[in-house]
Amino acid sequence: MASTTGNAEATPDVTGAVEGDDGVRRRDFINIAAVSAAGVGGLAVVYPLVSQMAPSADVLAESTTELDITTLEAGQSIKAVFRKQPVFVRRLTQAEIDAANAVDVSSLRDPATLDEITQPGHGDVLVVMGVCTHLGCVPLGAQEGENKGEFGGYFCPCHGSHYDTAARIRKGPAPTNLAVPEYQFTSDTTIVIG
Amino acid sequence: MSFPWAKEYQPQNGVTKFLDEKLPLPRLVYNAVGAGYPVPRNLSYFWNFGVLAGFFLVVQIITGVVLAMHYAANTQVAFASVEHIMRDVNWGWLMRYTHANGASFFFVVVYIHIFRGLFYASYKPPREMIWLLGVTIFLLMMATAFMGYVLPWGQMSFWGAQVITGLFEAIPLVGPPLKTWLLGGFAPDNAALNRFFSLHFLLPFVIAGCVILHIWALHIPGSSNPTGVEVKSESDTLPFHPYYTAKDGFGLGVALIIFMAFVFFLPNQLGHPDNYIEANPLSTPAHIVPEWYFYPFYAILRAFTFDFILPAKLWGVLAMFSSILVWFFLPWLDKSPVRSGHYRPLFRKFFWFGLIPTMAALFYLGGAPAEEPYVMLSQIFTAYYFLHFLVILPIISSIERPDPLPFSITEAVLGSDKKAVLGENAEPAV
Repeated sequence: MASTTGNAEATPDVTGAVEGDDGVRRRDFINIAAVSAAGVGGLAVVYPLVSQMAPSADVLAESTTELDITTLEAGQSIKAVFRKQPVFVRRLTQAEIDAANAVDVSSLRDPATLDEITQPGHGDVLVVMGVCTHLGCVPLGAQEGENKGEFGGYFCPCHGSHYDTAARIRKGPAPTNLAVPEYQFTSDTTIVIG
Repeated sequence: MSFPWAKEYQPQNGVTKFLDEKLPLPRLVYNAVGAGYPVPRNLSYFWNFGVLAGFFLVVQIITGVVLAMHYAANTQVAFASVEHIMRDVNWGWLMRYTHANGASFFFVVVYIHIFRGLFYASYKPPREMIWLLGVTIFLLMMATAFMGYVLPWGQMSFWGAQVITGLFEAIPLVGPPLKTWLLGGFAPDNAALNRFFSLHFLLPFVIAGCVILHIWALHIPGSSNPTGVEVKSESDTLPFHPYYTAKDGFGLGVALIIFMAFVFFLPNQLGHPDNYIEANPLSTPAHIVPEWYFYPFYAILRAFTFDFILPAKLWGVLAMFSSILVWFFLPWLDKSPVRSGHYRPLFRKFFWFGLIPTMAALFYLGGAPAEEPYVMLSQIFTAYYFLHFLVILPIISSIERPDPLPFSITEAVLGSDKKAVLGENAEPAV
């Protein structure tokens, strides 16, 4: 406010334009304080506006999946859904386990042994996300008669990534093995994913 | 256009120089809300409300875009999706309460803005176009707010949609098919909800466009001021920045404190509990009323209870629309050469003791039940409302003897118009 009474001599420094005893102009102090307060307020507004786009409570509530694998026999797979994404659960045959263990781990793009991918005591149960690590398509191979790729595991038809019997990337553009979700066996035949 | 003494934009560095040549956006901002826009030095806090209205439009658009990310415009799930926003979406309750109360506050500041215009006769030449655009914006706001209120698909949403589209039914001949066409059915249902959502998303951007025209039209003659005397010299004005950015900033702070008090502590105070009951096409709530900001016009609608040549229903609808359309004619109804109510003793009396109490009464009556004595009171105040604009205002402007006007804004502020005194004080301090 540029208020003035028109009597310059008698008017105190209402505009704050004059330096005080401490070398600080009142106007500068008010200016910095006001802009700082507006900045803090602005950040406080931005936070909820960003956060509202993150998964909502009902989406997070869907983040565990329980599976019964009693009837799953060697050489069979089931497709489950975890966080709206496919999960492949496969009981490996002895031939598939042997094939996976025969590979020189150091030659792999994403080195991992079958034992590191599966859980102790359940070395024949392969649980991986059915989401290609290249660009997110669902690989083939989980169902009877589908193309399993050159290494007998999974094959992504979108851009030609081949995964072996331990779901490790062997050929094609995908950077890593199929992801292993967090899961545990709550009994010998029950898996809880998430 | 601006006053010849308006400061010219000076690009400070390579980037702004480049922009100024190719796309002079910084210059536009500088001349619109920067130091390049000279504003009368005597604006009171009543001149804050245009900026506040613009602020609330932005709040509504931002929170509205957010809500549209989570809302589903389908009668099966709309009500549940609003509860989903309230309970599941991160900060969804804040977004929705800000949006719902933001609508109310948008109307509060716009009503004050309009009454500022009425008292200081801001609609007079050379600012008629600003006023006409303003009334257009107000009409668009009413349409937008109405359609937004339908979206939660509660009882008030449903019956509001039923009643308001029922207004169109009053139009002779084409009325009933028009209503069916507007709803895309015989009663509000999925088709209506979907189109209301589409239009509710569209209209705010139309409003934003009209706001740009409103400000553009304003910047041709420049802002009015409480004396109604036009700017005569540089000593009558101050640069918008920093003087009015600071003053508007302070007003915005005060408005935000009140607004947040509602959002956080009284979020449902301005709404109706019945809208937390899901829409039921078979049962009308006992007492249906629109949102509070429509009360005066709702009172006018209900004031017509008798057939007179035309059916009562049509009279009510005509009167309700006319009560706003009459504002379009104000620049030509009020012929007084003096603008400001400060210098118009007779006008001032009728403003404070006629129009303001009438509007207050209509606000009250619009929310009251449709029974006596409220109906009769609505009729009396509706009559005065139209009398004020159509008869009293033109008569006042021809018989009134206005008080003497100050020579200039500077004289009104300082008591004298001495350039020497002003030389020191009129400089913007940065």
